[in-house]
Amino acid sequence: MIRTDLGAGRGKALPAPLPFKIPSATLRELVGIPPCLHCNPDTDSEEPPMQTLDLALDRDQAFMDEVARESGQDLKSCYQCGNCTAGCAYTQDYDIPVHQVMRLVQLGQRQAALSCRSVWLCATCQACTTRCPNNIEVATVMDVLRHMARRAGYAPERLVKTFADEFLTSVARHGRVFEVGLAAVFALKSGKPMQDAGLGPAMLSRGKLSFLPHTPGGNGKAEVAAIFERFRNRPAPHHPATTNSEDE
Amino acid sequence: MRIGVMVCHCGNNIAATVDVEAVAAAAREFPDVVYATDHMYACSDPGQKTIEQVIRDLKLDGVVVASCSPRMHEVTFRRAVERGGLNRYMFEMANIREHVAWISLDRKRNTQKATDLVRMAVEKLRVDRPLTPKSFDVQKRVLVVGGGVAGIQAALDCADGGLDVILVERRSSIGGIMSKLDKTFPTVDCSVCVLGPKMVDAGQNPRITLHALSEVEEVSGYVGNFEVKIRKRTTYVDWTKCTGCGACQEKCPSRKVPDAFNENVSFTTAINIPFPQAIPKRASIDAEHCIRLTKGKCGACEKVCPTGAIDYAMQDEFVTEKVGAIIAATGLSLFDHKKCGEYGAGRYPDVVTSLAYERMLSASGPTAGHIKRPSDGAEPKTVVFIACVGSRDRSLNRPYCSNFCCMYTAKQAILTRDHIPDSKAYVFYMDIRANGKGYEEFVRRAQEEYGVEYVRGRVAQIYPQNGKLVVRGADTLLGRQVEIAADLVVLAVGAEAAKGAPELAEKLRISYDAYGFFMESHPKLRPVETNTVGVYLAGACQGPKDIPASVAQASAAAGKVLALLSKDKLESDPQIALVAANRCIGCGKCERTCPFGAIRMRELRDGSQRAEVVETVCQGCGICSVTCPVRAIQLQHFTDSQLLAEVNALCRTWDETSES
Amino acid sequence: MSARLGYYPGCSQSGTAAEYDSSTRACCKALGIELVDVPDWTCCGSTPAHTVDHHLAGALAARNLIQAETAGLDCVATPCPSCLSALKTADAHLCDAAYKAEVERLLGRAAPGPMPTQSTLQALYEKVGAQGVAAQVKRPLTGLRVACYYGCILNRPPGLMAFDDPENPVAMDELLNACGAEVVPFPFKTECCGAAFAMPRLDMMQRLSARILGMAQNCGADVIAVACPLCQMNLDLRQGQVNAAAGAQYAMPVPYFTQLLGLALGLPAADLGLAKLVLPLAPALEAAAARAAEAEAKRQAKANAKNGGTPRNQEDAPCA
Repeated sequence: MIRTDLGAGRGKALPAPLPFKIPSATLRELVGIPPCLHCNPDTDSEEPPMQTLDLALDRDQAFMDEVARESGQDLKSCYQCGNCTAGCAYTQDYDIPVHQVMRLVQLGQRQAALSCRSVWLCATCQACTTRCPNNIEVATVMDVLRHMARRAGYAPERLVKTFADEFLTSVARHGRVFEVGLAAVFALKSGKPMQDAGLGPAMLSRGKLSFLPHTPGGNGKAEVAAIFERFRNRPAPHHPATTNSEDE
Repeated sequence: MRIGVMVCHCGNNIAATVDVEAVAAAAREFPDVVYATDHMYACSDPGQKTIEQVIRDLKLDGVVVASCSPRMHEVTFRRAVERGGLNRYMFEMANIREHVAWISLDRKRNTQKATDLVRMAVEKLRVDRPLTPKSFDVQKRVLVVGGGVAGIQAALDCADGGLDVILVERRSSIGGIMSKLDKTFPTVDCSVCVLGPKMVDAGQNPRITLHALSEVEEVSGYVGNFEVKIRKRTTYVDWTKCTGCGACQEKCPSRKVPDAFNENVSFTTAINIPFPQAIPKRASIDAEHCIRLTKGKCGACEKVCPTGAIDYAMQDEFVTEKVGAIIAATGLSLFDHKKCGEYGAGRYPDVVTSLAYERMLSASGPTAGHIKRPSDGAEPKTVVFIACVGSRDRSLNRPYCSNFCCMYTAKQAILTRDHIPDSKAYVFYMDIRANGKGYEEFVRRAQEEYGVEYVRGRVAQIYPQNGKLVVRGADTLLGRQVEIAADLVVLAVGAEAAKGAPELAEKLRISYDAYGFFMESHPKLRPVETNTVGVYLAGACQGPKDIPASVAQASAAAGKVLALLSKDKLESDPQIALVAANRCIGCGKCERTCPFGAIRMRELRDGSQRAEVVETVCQGCGICSVTCPVRAIQLQHFTDSQLLAEVNALCRTWDETSES
Repeated sequence: MSARLGYYPGCSQSGTAAEYDSSTRACCKALGIELVDVPDWTCCGSTPAHTVDHHLAGALAARNLIQAETAGLDCVATPCPSCLSALKTADAHLCDAAYKAEVERLLGRAAPGPMPTQSTLQALYEKVGAQGVAAQVKRPLTGLRVACYYGCILNRPPGLMAFDDPENPVAMDELLNACGAEVVPFPFKTECCGAAFAMPRLDMMQRLSARILGMAQNCGADVIAVACPLCQMNLDLRQGQVNAAAGAQYAMPVPYFTQLLGLALGLPAADLGLAKLVLPLAPALEAAAARAAEAEAKRQAKANAKNGGTPRNQEDAPCA
């Protein structure tokens, strides 16, 4: 469970481990403790971390089917070559490298796959999809796992989720994203209001800050609002694999 | 007529979905059928013996066997029928396995269909006639296409067996890819030292006629009597006068010709002998780069040649050879790494292919065996090998494994550590395929004795930085992205069919697969034969394989050829076209439509024309029979009457069953 | 030559990427491409939508395709790669019956028919091309060393974006080459800059953008030309933040390729929004001009020296 020098970066010393555990992910981020490998405070697991896997009984076939159905990808053709991880721009921040996320799906390990940080830190930059020798759309699978993680109530990267949520809220409200509004709301909700404060003057002096939303003229705003309304009220999926909360 | 019918169970293959006893019972009622039985395995020894016995005991005139595809056992049963005392063509086969039992689980419908097929076979048999094959002389000569190690081995074996061999090689020297290798796995033998004596043998053997810088232009004829037109491309050098002294090469001013033998790592001259051990050791001119041939200037080689062998006016020559059999041994080419954008698509000079690296390792190569970075000539200290480039890759349409890359990569890594003791070698691999004798031990040696670092994972990207190449890959066993700054990167490029393989296959009338590799008759039981009688396969042209396998296959192909041509005469297939001269009106349409040129128009004494079939050339395709407006030309054993008998039988049965 | 294309600006073009919009419009106009704004366009959903739900993303994008279709447009061009990806994905997946049904349910109306989409880069490349651009260059960018940075999704995945090589795209290189610039070989053309993570995970964006700036500098580039509003923001507006995290002092201007193209075409700077660049372009342009002048002077001097001396003996035959 304890991370040693993995992901520390060249030459940078890790902060000394604290004598107590900080339960909240937000608090941990505020205090400045980087996300911990193999340790996810959002899930309460009492099982030993490297528990022996029964290949028949510990496999969630419904989960595997759901991933296949939603992503349209057949992970049987993945031979774990690692090309995706090799080209992944974000792997340094992942807790589980992308090829291992695929392996978790291949082995039907629902909780491990959906609770990891990696699926939230994937930018769908498509390096993996482009290079997969078996033509698997790896980024699509990561996207789908993120959808399923949301539905299952996992959100180990709180700010990533907040950003996406606030972006879509802005779109739902205005028909187009109101950049300044989004930045303001995010600054408040992130608990790091000063992070981008330094950019203010540069943006202001160059007229990059529009303090009013650019609302489309016709029915666009209403139609977009209606799309979101229908999305919010969509019927819950019938898969037993997805429970917990609906997201927004 | 007295007909016997045997319906086979084929174990469970047929019996599971067809009621074979019912089929036999129905057959008993068919006209002229005096005997009908079912049998567990008709093709087995007891099955065949039963057929022979029944023919004799019941004085049968013909036999129908309802079983598998004729492609499996038609020959078997024809022989059995012949042993029983009948003409082998008084036999019909109804395919109730591949055409019935294996395509449907509906027992009732299957049984009906099987019964119909047997009925059709019986009706055809009733109008079958005995046919007699003719025998014809064979040429005790064999054509070997391709002068790599497989072609050379096949040629030597055939020559040893007493056959005359025509060896045709596309390049100006034989030797193929093996002649480009430095050392071979797993023994680390010097490649050309091992191959050289064989090459010399092939060049000097009195039974072997070597046509280098030549290609097969056209093939006609049939097994035992192929006629092959060979294009001998012009070398612009009279090889009867050239001694291979090399003076021309020294004086040639055109020095920037990409050296194909050295995988374009270096340059050669327009007139050259490709490598020191070349057979034939003769010079040839690359016309595209020759100043004299392109601009009309120079002529240095002509001036210095001590024997006056240079001939700028030389043209391609055509030679026709008659052979009894053909062995295709055209080898392979390598995947073009320029298709891999992530490895630089050929833009980075220090990313080389395995074969280019092999040339660098070779003492007779462009760097005299010193490993040097192509970019700056410096000795590399970190060499990274990347496996599976253009193999096991669906996205590049190369899903297959190329068979030898794991092994040659281990070899090259070992040689690297040998040449440069303070170097580091890394191999990025997905799996290690080391299944030959001593192969696994060899790969272990690379890791344990030579300290080659094997990293399990692919490489996503190579990019230049500060004079080195950063190789970014993954170690999937550790679960991390990894990278290494390499001085030189060697790509283990995969095997592809040789350039022009499909075109040659068309000429030889053999099949090839989606990747251009020639198709064997049966992947397990007939790996060196093709579906075209008389044409055999040897070496990597059939599929990627290493040297021991190529040599073994070459000897196997030679064995087949020696067996084929061990007889003085071969039998021709009597299922060919025949002209009823009294019906023929001499319109000549059949002659024009025959794709094999097997029909000739003959003039009678009264001046009228009649078509005549050249029996030995006819392949029995039947196109003439369809073309003839008066039905004068008929395909024996598939005449109009015979085919119509089958059709009528089917229609009649359908009438009967629909009425009931 | 003239071409008529639907134009989908995308949300950033009204705000943080206004100069990309104005310079794109200006270049297209100058080069004979008519851009017809998709009427009443709305947000395509970009990355956040597809990371929440694929049908939501499809509906948001499809709405704009309907707008284009209704306006009688037969092709839509957009400067933003993320918008392009959203539009193309929706268009491609609508052939699947289940997807289409759900998207229509969210839209509350029938889905659009097939609508081809392309980047404005592709439009310029295919409809005008390097030769077309070269013919119209008034102020060549001689001496300006440019690293062309395409961003991670403009050409990927190749099955979807279907334009240019996904590992080594060259469209921008060729257009800027035609403008007289010296395009440097740049191995990180398609490496991700950090995308939309600047706000939620600044540390990741800082690391990735630092890598790109570092490589561009290593390759001797004066500027990095971009084709994506997010890349531009991360590399230009946030270059200070990148410097802070990396302990570096990059001062690399990051203009949109259309700004450079516009300059070369002699378009007014105001139309190109050059003043909106955080790292000013002017110093790089001046340095380039000075270098070009110096190189030209040297060449002249050499030519003069040559002509002043005795003519060389011209020997034709190269051989003995």
